[in-house]
Amino acid sequence: MSEREPPYLYPDYVGTRLRAPAQPLVNLPDGFHDFPAPLFPRTIAQVDHDLTRQHAGEPIGERIIVTGRVLDSDGRPLRKTVVEVWQANAAGRYLDQDDQHPAPLDPNFTGAGRCLTDNDGHYRFITIKPGAYPWKNHRNAWRPAHIHFSLFGSEFRSRLVTQMYFPGDPLMPRDPILQSIPDQAGRDRLVSRFDPETTVPEWALAYRWDIVLRGRAATPFENEP
Amino acid sequence: MSGPLTPSQTVGPFFGVGLPFERGEQLAPPESAGAMRIEGQVLDGKGEPVPDALLEIWQPATGFGRARTDSEGAFSFTTVKPGPVSAPGGRMQAPHFNVTVFARGLLRHLVTRMYFPDETQANAADPVLNLVEPARRETLIAKQCGGVLHFDVRLQGEQETVFFAI
Repeated sequence: MSEREPPYLYPDYVGTRLRAPAQPLVNLPDGFHDFPAPLFPRTIAQVDHDLTRQHAGEPIGERIIVTGRVLDSDGRPLRKTVVEVWQANAAGRYLDQDDQHPAPLDPNFTGAGRCLTDNDGHYRFITIKPGAYPWKNHRNAWRPAHIHFSLFGSEFRSRLVTQMYFPGDPLMPRDPILQSIPDQAGRDRLVSRFDPETTVPEWALAYRWDIVLRGRAATPFENEP
Repeated sequence: MSGPLTPSQTVGPFFGVGLPFERGEQLAPPESAGAMRIEGQVLDGKGEPVPDALLEIWQPATGFGRARTDSEGAFSFTTVKPGPVSAPGGRMQAPHFNVTVFARGLLRHLVTRMYFPDETQANAADPVLNLVEPARRETLIAKQCGGVLHFDVRLQGEQETVFFAI
């Protein structure tokens, strides 16, 4: 387990206090978690990566491209692996009946997408930049803008659910969820970078974020180009 | 482990828009031969239901399922029973599902196993159950309740479910 992972109990994030296991996790000998990741049991449509085209009109907000690569811990790309994302709208509201933040819903934005990585491990989403939103963890608590990511990778132990943040967000140092990661280098790994090369003139800004999963991608055949 | 891994963050309370999918809780159609229903509840350290948890069950032979908890912390799956699974070193493991738990308040997911109550002999010989202190083993074994298998996940406290390091 990487020392960069957050602990289960992080009292500043109030939700951990009654949900973190009190007993130590039980270690299994080598091999017991060496089996393949689940195959995602649904087909993924070409348009599922574009969160701005799921309704009759376009969502309100700053259109962005979010892209990067999914790699194993040896730096090898994970091909054709499922990436799932979900997020708040530009006003910081989720399409969820439990989100009662008094900000408008957007009839043209659901806030969920999926894609498969390509042969070099690249993923690409088109969306709008999510807004910050208040939560009741402590007085005047606001989550920094973020996009939730869920990945399977190649092995059972590769599974990762995490959040991607945006560079320069002043809420990050005050956010106990991000700050639960013990070291700055680990926290930095969740912050995307502005990517002027991928930005499309007159159309959308781009952010780049690579994801490294535990475990090894299948070794390519030696004669494969 | 050479690469700097991307750290985990909580699934949060609002994953409902993104992660659940239609019939995700059905690894087998409910009317199919051998289909069984698994029901349970996710509970916190005070025994209160956890209404914003997501469970995934996975066994290569039977497939993958995903279900969220409702306002009572309850979830269900429909599946067929998996067979025994070989273990490293050539031994056999008793039939079981790998269960992954996500929730608001879990900064990393948790991994546990659900074993079957009608496999007394196989469970007694299972190499993973035997690594768990005897008093806690029963948290990993579902209970037969009428026609349904019951499996609760207690995140913390009394009867806390055994979770495994990954």
